[in-house]
Amino acid sequence: MNYPQAVQADTGPATGFPVETYRQDFPILEQTVRDMPLVYLDNAATAQKPRQVIEVLDDYYRSYNSNIHRGVHTLSELATDAYETARKKIQRFINAESLQEVIFVRGTTEGINLVAQSYGRSRLGAGDEIIVSTMEHHSNIVPWQLLCEQTGAVLKVIPINDAGELDMDEYKNLLNERTRIVAIVHISNALGTINPIAEITGQAHAAGAVVVIDGAQAAPHTKLDMAALDCDFYTFSGHKLFGPTGIGVLYGKQALLEDMPPYHGGGDMIKMVTFEKTLYNDLPYKFEAGTPYIAGVIGLGAAVDYVSDVDLDRIHDYEHGLLRYAAEAAATVPGLRLIGTAADKASILSFVVDGIHPHDLGTILDHDGIAIRTGHHCAMPVMERFGIPATARASFAFYNTTEEVDKLVAGIDKAKNIFK
Amino acid sequence: MFDLKDLYQEVIVDHNRSPRNFGELGPPGRKLEGFNPLCGDRLTLYLDQDGDRIADIKFNGSGCAISIASASLMTEGVKGKSVREAETVFAGFHELLTCADLDIDMTRMGKLAVLAGVRDYPSRVKCATLCWHTLHALLAGDEAPVSTE
Ligand SMILES: Cc1ncc(COP(=O)(O)O)c(C=O)c1O
Repeated sequence: MNYPQAVQADTGPATGFPVETYRQDFPILEQTVRDMPLVYLDNAATAQKPRQVIEVLDDYYRSYNSNIHRGVHTLSELATDAYETARKKIQRFINAESLQEVIFVRGTTEGINLVAQSYGRSRLGAGDEIIVSTMEHHSNIVPWQLLCEQTGAVLKVIPINDAGELDMDEYKNLLNERTRIVAIVHISNALGTINPIAEITGQAHAAGAVVVIDGAQAAPHTKLDMAALDCDFYTFSGHKLFGPTGIGVLYGKQALLEDMPPYHGGGDMIKMVTFEKTLYNDLPYKFEAGTPYIAGVIGLGAAVDYVSDVDLDRIHDYEHGLLRYAAEAAATVPGLRLIGTAADKASILSFVVDGIHPHDLGTILDHDGIAIRTGHHCAMPVMERFGIPATARASFAFYNTTEEVDKLVAGIDKAKNIFK
Repeated sequence: MFDLKDLYQEVIVDHNRSPRNFGELGPPGRKLEGFNPLCGDRLTLYLDQDGDRIADIKFNGSGCAISIASASLMTEGVKGKSVREAETVFAGFHELLTCADLDIDMTRMGKLAVLAGVRDYPSRVKCATLCWHTLHALLAGDEAPVSTE
């Protein structure tokens, strides 16, 4: 299909967004699945990778694969330079004050565990309180439960309303002088809800607590601005941001990071080792023990370049239109109920259909080449809150189209026919 | 090409809509829970054993059409059978869903053969076998809930 036609077809989202051009950057989208063109609507699980990222990974391994920070030879210098350049790109991408605040980790999960174990374990004690919310991914629940077991701290949970929004009044009630950490998801992967992070942070700071934000779903959909959010820690995964799996970022305010003990010990995170005393390295290296995923970091840098080039504000507008189109289409399907109808929502459509289990729906859609996620989305408390075992979830990226939404709806109709 | 209708056959849709032997059995019958943490399917199996014989069997719970229909068909298939006969059916059923060659004597499987389509969807095999693993554990006298993971 050529570009002008595509724009005409896409009457829902903002016109003028060259979605067909962008689609051509993603080789995987040319695939067929079960003999049907792939309709990839599982972006919240992991996003596809543009050629611009794949080529950078390939180039690293083909032409300058080498360890970093330790060689005087040319390749090592090239690799170190590319690695540190990626850090600069990410610093700019999230508007962090300094490079020392950008730590490479394996992903969101590791970022949260690092904060829990390094910051939390050294500072919390019995009776201290940690606040999370009902809509957290398991990776923003379990690390805190572990910390509670280790320190005697107590976990408090902000409830959510029927639309899937945080109960901000209850949040205010939960905050008190014992609150030490507030750990909240920026955008819910199960509901799509966008949480008011700056407001949450302001109130937590007023109570003397530090704020940890799970940005796994936010990074691909909204412009990140650490200075504006003012949170103390923020973490996200590269693979949901069109970069490689196994690499992610932990942002932390420098003053806090300086005072925290290392998370892992090993090479790269030290200045000097003797058996009497070991001197830890400066930030950010103190938290980057061992040989990192060098290609991954460089690939993530390329991903950040790519999305910045497309422009997250335009991505946001386009996806918003796509979400509106999808929500309107879904509303025409009898028996379909959206789970998560927050006023402020990212392009994630979680739903259940009367008489059809999400897994059966997932299989039937897969048969038409449509990939969605079904299950509890690693957010079992959300399922419990809504009294359902699972949902079907279509999550959209900027390369998805209204035509794909139409295919989704046609697939749901097909499933309804099978189960009628 | 593989047809969706082979997976969601009328029998499966029917057993999902109106599962047979759906309910509970009180003591002295035994019960055991089966759980698929990956998709949240949860079944409880109730068993009245008369010596070596499965005198009565019921189940309840929630799950996808494949897991509910499979449990329904299983209860129909093993009721009145000996423990050994039930285990033999399970072995055959498992083979039907997981073995590469289609050289299986389908007639031997009776009604259970309608679930053969699941073999083309490897991620769904656990849905069809959850009830069987639970029965197997229950017959073996296990008391800890069964998990497919
Ligand atoms: C909201 C949210 N938090 C955390 C995670 C965990 O991310 P990862 O598995 O990349 O560490 C995910 C992704 O599954 C997520 O959607």
